[in-house]
Order: sequence, then C-alpha cells, then structure tokens
Amino acid sequence: MKTETRHEQFEAPSVLGNFLRRLHIDIPLFIVLLLTSILSFVILYSAGGQSMDVLMRQLSRVGLAFSLMIVLAHIDPYQFKRYSSVLFGLGIILLIAVLIMGQIGKGAQRWLELGFFRFQPSEMIKITTPMMVAWYLAEYPLPPRAKQLLIAVILIIIPTLLIAKQPDLGTALLVASSGAGVLFFAGLSWWIIAAIVTGLAALTPIIWHFMHDYQRDRVLTFLNPEADPLGRGYHIIQSKIAIGSGGVYGKGWLGSTQSELDFLPESSTDFIFAVFAEEFGLVGCLGLLALYLLIIVRCLYIASQAQDSYSRLLASSLSFTFFVYVFVNIGMVIGVLPVVGVPLPLISYGGTSIVTLLAGFGILMSIHTHKKFR
Amino acid sequence: MSRLYAIKDHSSERRLFINRIVAAFIVVSLLTTGLIIRLIYLQVAGHEHYSSLAKDNSIKIVPLVPTRGMILDKKGKVLAENMPSYSLEIIPEQVSNMDDTLLRLQKLLDISDEEVEQYQKLRKRQKRFVSSSLLVSMNDEQLAKFAVARPYFPGVDIHRQLVRHYPYSDLAAHVIGYVGRINETEMKDLPIAEYRGSSHIGKLGIESSYESQLHGKTGYAEIETNVQARLLNTLKEVNPESGANLYLTLDIDLQKTAYEALGSFNGAVVAIDIKTGGVLVFVSRPGFDPNPFVVGIANDAYQALQSSENQPLYNRALRGLYPPGSTMKPFIALGGLEFDVISAEQKLFCPGYYQLPGVSHRYRDWKKNGHGAVNLTRAITESCDVYFYRLASALGIDNMYSFLHKFGFGEKTGIDLVGEKSGLLPSREWKRERKNQAWYPGETLITGIGQGYLQVTPLQLAKATATLASNGKVITPFLVDKMVSAQGTSLDIEHSDYTIPLKQENVNSVVQGMVNVVHSDHGTAKGINKNINYQIAGKTGTAQVLGIKQNAKYDENSIDFKYRDHALFVSFAPVDDPQIAVAVVVENGGHGGSVAAPIAGEVIKQFLQEKYEN
Repeated sequence: MKTETRHEQFEAPSVLGNFLRRLHIDIPLFIVLLLTSILSFVILYSAGGQSMDVLMRQLSRVGLAFSLMIVLAHIDPYQFKRYSSVLFGLGIILLIAVLIMGQIGKGAQRWLELGFFRFQPSEMIKITTPMMVAWYLAEYPLPPRAKQLLIAVILIIIPTLLIAKQPDLGTALLVASSGAGVLFFAGLSWWIIAAIVTGLAALTPIIWHFMHDYQRDRVLTFLNPEADPLGRGYHIIQSKIAIGSGGVYGKGWLGSTQSELDFLPESSTDFIFAVFAEEFGLVGCLGLLALYLLIIVRCLYIASQAQDSYSRLLASSLSFTFFVYVFVNIGMVIGVLPVVGVPLPLISYGGTSIVTLLAGFGILMSIHTHKKFR
Repeated sequence: MSRLYAIKDHSSERRLFINRIVAAFIVVSLLTTGLIIRLIYLQVAGHEHYSSLAKDNSIKIVPLVPTRGMILDKKGKVLAENMPSYSLEIIPEQVSNMDDTLLRLQKLLDISDEEVEQYQKLRKRQKRFVSSSLLVSMNDEQLAKFAVARPYFPGVDIHRQLVRHYPYSDLAAHVIGYVGRINETEMKDLPIAEYRGSSHIGKLGIESSYESQLHGKTGYAEIETNVQARLLNTLKEVNPESGANLYLTLDIDLQKTAYEALGSFNGAVVAIDIKTGGVLVFVSRPGFDPNPFVVGIANDAYQALQSSENQPLYNRALRGLYPPGSTMKPFIALGGLEFDVISAEQKLFCPGYYQLPGVSHRYRDWKKNGHGAVNLTRAITESCDVYFYRLASALGIDNMYSFLHKFGFGEKTGIDLVGEKSGLLPSREWKRERKNQAWYPGETLITGIGQGYLQVTPLQLAKATATLASNGKVITPFLVDKMVSAQGTSLDIEHSDYTIPLKQENVNSVVQGMVNVVHSDHGTAKGINKNINYQIAGKTGTAQVLGIKQNAKYDENSIDFKYRDHALFVSFAPVDDPQIAVAVVVENGGHGGSVAAPIAGEVIKQFLQEKYEN
C-alpha cells in the first residue's frame, strides 16, 4: 500500500506533462489569445458603462468560443480536408436560405433562428471558403494554372456575392479576402496580382454603380466626414476626437470622457478601439498592435511548418484574414478606411465574431499539433 | 483526369510557400506601420487640436428638430396641428434617492402607479445621464403644483415641447392618421441624421404617407458647454426647415355631414370631385380618437379599440371589402352595350327567375313575380336581376373581367394613402390559380349582379362611378392638393390621362337608367329627388351577408342584425355636368334605396349648394 502511494506521488508531475503534451493545444498562441481576451474585458468594462452585466454576457461567449477552439484543435486536420467541400456547400445553401427568408421578411436578414440561438451562415462561410479553395488548389501542382485559378475565383465570388446581397459589405469583404489569401499563398503570380489591383481600380466606377445607397453614403462620408456631422460623419469625427485627445499616455482606465458621455456611438462594438486609444494613448495602442502582431507571427510560423499543401494554404489564409480583420477595423476607426461593419477582433463586444475567430485558431492548432512525421 | 497524374514538386512548392509567407509578413509590417503613423499623427501631432475639441466634452453637436407641417382641409381648416405641451422629465444621475423622489412626486401630482411603472421600464433602458419623461403631458394643476415645489426635486424638471393634436378627433382619423413614438423597427429604416432628436413619426393615413414632407429637415448646432453642461457659446448653427403644410382636397364640413348621416350604422362614404379626382369625403364609421396615440395610448384603451365588435381601427373606406351587389349593374350594362351583345332597346323577359339550360337551379330575381319584359334602362332602374343574369351569360366572364378591370375593379385606385386593398375581380385564371377549379357558368351569372367572388372597396366604387360620370376618363383619387413650405408651393400629382374608349350613346343609355333610379316612380331610390333643382344619377345595391337557401325567404326582421344585408349606393350629380361622385356602404343597413341613398343625397346637396353660392 505504502509503496504504491509513494509511487503515484512520484509519477504525478510526469503524468501532467504527458497530459499537456497529448493535448493538441499550441501553448504560445493560447497564451497570447488569453491575454488579449483578458484585455478585452478590461476595455469592455469601461466602454460598456461599467456594467457587470455586459461583462458576464461576454464572458459566457468567450468561454464558448474557447471551448470550440479546443474541440476543433483536437480534430485531425485530415478531417477538415475531407469535409471541406461538404461544409462549403452547406454554407452556401444556408446563405441562400437566409436570402430567401430575408426576401419574405422584406428586410435585411443575416441569421437563421435556431430556437435557442441565432446562427449566421456568413460567419461559417468565413472559414469554409478558404477551406474549400485550399482543398481544391492543393489537389494540383502549385502555383495554380489558369483553369484552376478561374474555378477558385468562382468559388470565392459565389459566397461573396451572396453575402454582399444581404447586404453585409464588411463580411463580404472578409470572405473575399480569405479566399484571395489562399490564392496569394498558393503562389499566384505577382504579375496577375498587379493586374488585379489595376483592374480593380478601373472597375471602381462599375462597383459604385452596383452599390446600395447607404454603402455609397459611407464611402462619401469617409471621404468628407465634415459634410454630414450629425448623420454619417458623426462616428468618424467623434472617434477621431476621442483617439486624438488620448495623446501619448492616454487618460487612464475608465478615464475616457467621449464614450462615457455617449458622444461616441457603438463604443463597445465596432468603435471600441477609439475608447481604448483614448484611455491608454499611443503607448497602449502600440501594445495592442504588438499583441496582434504576436498572434499573426505565431500563426504564420505555424503555416510555414505545416506539412501538406492543404494545411499550409488554410493556415496561412486564416492568419492573413485575421490581420485583414484588425487592419480594416482599426483603419476605419482612425479614419483611413471607410466605415464597414467589422468588429475589432477578440476585443469588441458581441458573440459571433469571436466564435468564428477562435474556431479558426482551433483549426490552426489542430494543423500544428497533428504532424504525421517529424 | 489530369489531376491524378499531376506531379507535385514538393520542395519547390515549399520554397514558393515560404517566399509567400515572407511576403505576407512584409505586407503586414508595412500596413501596421501605416496604422502606427496615422496614430502618431492623431495622438501626438493632432493631440492638442483634438484635446481642445474634447475639452471636458465642450463641443457638442445638438440636433435642432424641425416643426412638423400642419394638415389642413380644402378650405384651410386645421386638421392636424402642433400644441405646446409640458412633460415632467427626470435625469436619474442627478437624483439622490429615486424611490423617495418618485413617491413624493406621485403624492404631489397624483400620478398613477401604472405611469410610474412605465417610467421605471423606460429608465432601465437608458443611460443614467439621459433625461426621460415621467409624465408626457402635464395639466395646469400639475404644472402649478410642481412649479412651487421644484427646489425640493433636484434632477426633475419641466420640458416644453410641441405635441401633435387632432381637433376633429374621430371624424377623419382614418384619413389623417396619427403620429406615434418611433419604435425600434422603424428606427432601423430611418435616416439617422434626419431623425436625431425626433421622437415621433407618422404611423397611419396622410401622416404616414407624407412623412418625409411633413417632417421637414433637421438642423444642428455646434455648442460649447462647461462641465455642468451649461451652454456657454454657440459656434455654428444650421437652422432646421419646418415640414410642409399639406392642404387636402377633403372638405371637413362635408365629411362631418356624411359621418353624421351614417347615424348609428357602421359603414363608409367616399365622395370624389369628378373634375379633379380630389377626394372630398372619406368616412369610415366608427372612427376613433387619434389623440391618445400621440402620447402613447394606455394598454387597456388600445385593447378595447382592438377588440370592439365595431372595429373602429378598421379603415372601411380604404380596406373594407364588400360584395358590390346591384351597384355593379350599370357597369355590366355598359359592358353589354360596348361588346355589342345587346342593344339598349332590346327587351328581355323576366319571369322572376332564370335557369341555365339543363340545370334545375333557379337563379331568383329579388321581385318574386318578375319584372316582365324590360329593356336596359328599365332593367337598371328597377334593378332587374334576371335581365342581368341573361346579359352576364351572353357577355361571358372573360369580357366582363376585361371591361370591369378598366374601371379599376380588382386593383388599387392609387390614392395617396398606405394600406389600400385591391379587392377582387374574379376571372377564369384567378380561379384556376387560387382554387384550382374551372370557372362555372353559374358563377358568371352571380358576378353579373355583383355577388359571388366579386369584392370591392368603397373607394373603388367611388372611383368607378366618377370614371363613368366623366365618360370613361379614368379618375385617380388623391387627397393632398398642395404642399406649402418655405420653398413655396408645390404640387406633384400625376393625373391619369387614360380614357376608356366608350360610345357616347351607350353611356347615355346607362346614365338614363341611373337617372330613373332617382327620378322615376319605379326607381329604387326615388326618395331622394325631393327639393332639388338638378338631376342625380344613382344605383342602389344590396349585398348579402348571409346565403339564403333555395326556397327560404329573407326576412329582415327575423334575423340577427349582424347578418342583415349591407346597403350600398353609388351616384353622381348633376347629370348634365357631373361634379361629384359618391359611394356609400352601410353595413347591415338593409336596403340601398332607403338607407344608403339619402346619405349620398345629403352630401351631394351640401356640396352643390356651396358650389353654386360661390
């Protein structure tokens, strides 16, 4: 009896070590994500009017998102590859279903009511689109040839148009860039990239023609926010005032005056970066950007270590999309990009975006921790 | 197939991929540097500028709410106006003990528990520094009492505002509509800038149809305030533009006459100025008082309106669907003449019933022993059903459908009110589509006397009658005559310039039948020809609410009131120069001639009297 007990005590640390090693979690990435989420609660407490209620609701969402990440991290990446096309097809069908229901309800509709929660197919498609494109391209030698490029572009355009029709320009943009990211990492020729950039510039008038009125307004407001200070320019002006008044060191936690007094709308969702910049100043902003860079660099490293084309393409595209997320939101809040409804990843209040993001990181962890040969 | 044999060069792919990862890292670094440069620009270089802008939140942009335009009738009588009202507002942040304050206020101003409860709900939805109202409108006594006690209630204050008021109450509520608080769904579709500071929006009637014109343009002021939010200085001001005043074609005096003439009956009266298409009378009885809706109607009062058997919230003139009964006969008769299936002089024999060949079912006439041999004019005058059974049978449903459709049956009239119903003009295709059944000949017969599937709104009846009176020139009814704003008077009504091609002699024969309805001894509405020096053309109608069995007899006195027939009457006058068309529907009124026609008679009389006096 005695010896057995001693034996267990002796072995315990090694069991824990084994357990951790067997857990398919990338510890560096996990720690940075956790740090960012904790920072998110600190900011939300201030931006949300110091309401514990807001915090508790966000806590449950973040908990759910982390759980989903851990679950996905334990699935073999081979399974993701195998079901890529099925998941993509399902996503497209759900998108069409949402559009039809929106038509019946005569209004913008982005989600399906599933009784206990609302499901946004456009969120799922953010991940399944790069999965599908990666799955398709990985079958062929890389860089892709013209025919494969064409099919890949069609695969990206279908979900993008369906989402743009909802209309949800921000998400459509992210989906398109996640697909385009795969093409880029697959080795799309620099000449073609240059041609696309030139072509897009030439297409601007045509895109303008197909835009909704409110989307045009956003672009116009972005170009000249002072023209409509009460309406559409309001967000941008107020957000610039908040950020600028923060200065180098900021006004301190809970010290933001602009959001406190409700000058800054959507202060806990899309415009939360303005609150952060006002309270923590330039120093805080650099710190937050550093956290984001750490995440991106770790993810790109994971992608570079991946052992097959599918994993590489998917991992690198998901990492790059994360950066697009950060850049579009911060760019919009500091007034260098038009206002599109994209939340600040991992920080903004709201459940849908964080669940999708962490699901993506779960896939990255799965890719990194399921290597077949070393 | 080629993909199976494609050879992948793994080491070159990996090299390419690593290159791309490096490229991506460079892009990320460059763009991040861009963000940092911009942040330095805002927070270091622009810090002083933005700090002064944010200085204790000193610069505020406040909306300047425009005054809502008034609604006036044809003669300039005010139908909707803005009255000053005083609300009791509380800023929770400035109140030290909310429960105690509410309790003391309740005692002082005699506030009901329900109002306090409602305020508590409102307060929880808003931030602590936002003012919200405990009492929406204070009476004089409350105002005086609070003015004295004010120092004891820090954080509580009186706000003056303009509140929409409808002086004619229930008389024209269905036309004018009302404004109410903007709800969340409406908020989403509204232009944010225009409605910053506005609390109300048109919910029904003209208030809703012409919301954007009535609302006006919101202005704004950039003001400088100190920490206590006291105004120091106004930096910039863009004045609001008041909403346009709308002058309606409606004549509120005539409206009142029609409303009162309906007496205790439920029903609708619509009168149209034939020369313009302007709606003179638009009555739906019972009406309701729109004023409580402005401040927020109490729940039980709303429930009472909703569940009332008389359905006061229901706009009968615009949305009420009735079988037109015999009022459809002039149009059927004209169709018969135009399609040349009958001549005006041709007489058909009426034995009191009609049978389709080979069918035993008897389609009965309202007159048991029949009308004998009648021509078209007499058939209209005496409303002979058998004549119209035969005419309908000869015309066929397809011709009937295409002809009646030209007069606007089965489609919206296009009046400038939201929520119009289009009624139902049945056709072969409609029945196939909706009921997946063939059209039966018997259904053609009953359509010929305005029964069966046919359903019309009182507005459609008035429009069709006006169109008939102007020899086929299609009349599009409208309510807003002109809009007067700071920019001047505007008028943007599209008049239809379509005229149904009709032979004048055919119209004359039909109109003669309608004149005889009022002015001959056999006429079904001869009661209204006394003391008038002009001629009225009309047609009575009775619409069954209850189906009568083959051999049963309809006895008005023996059946429940709500199953009594609807009485209808369509008319226009004067016949030699038509000015006004009137359609009347009296629910459960019994006979068109005795109940509905006198209402139209009164409206016509008052309208023409005033017209000739001027």
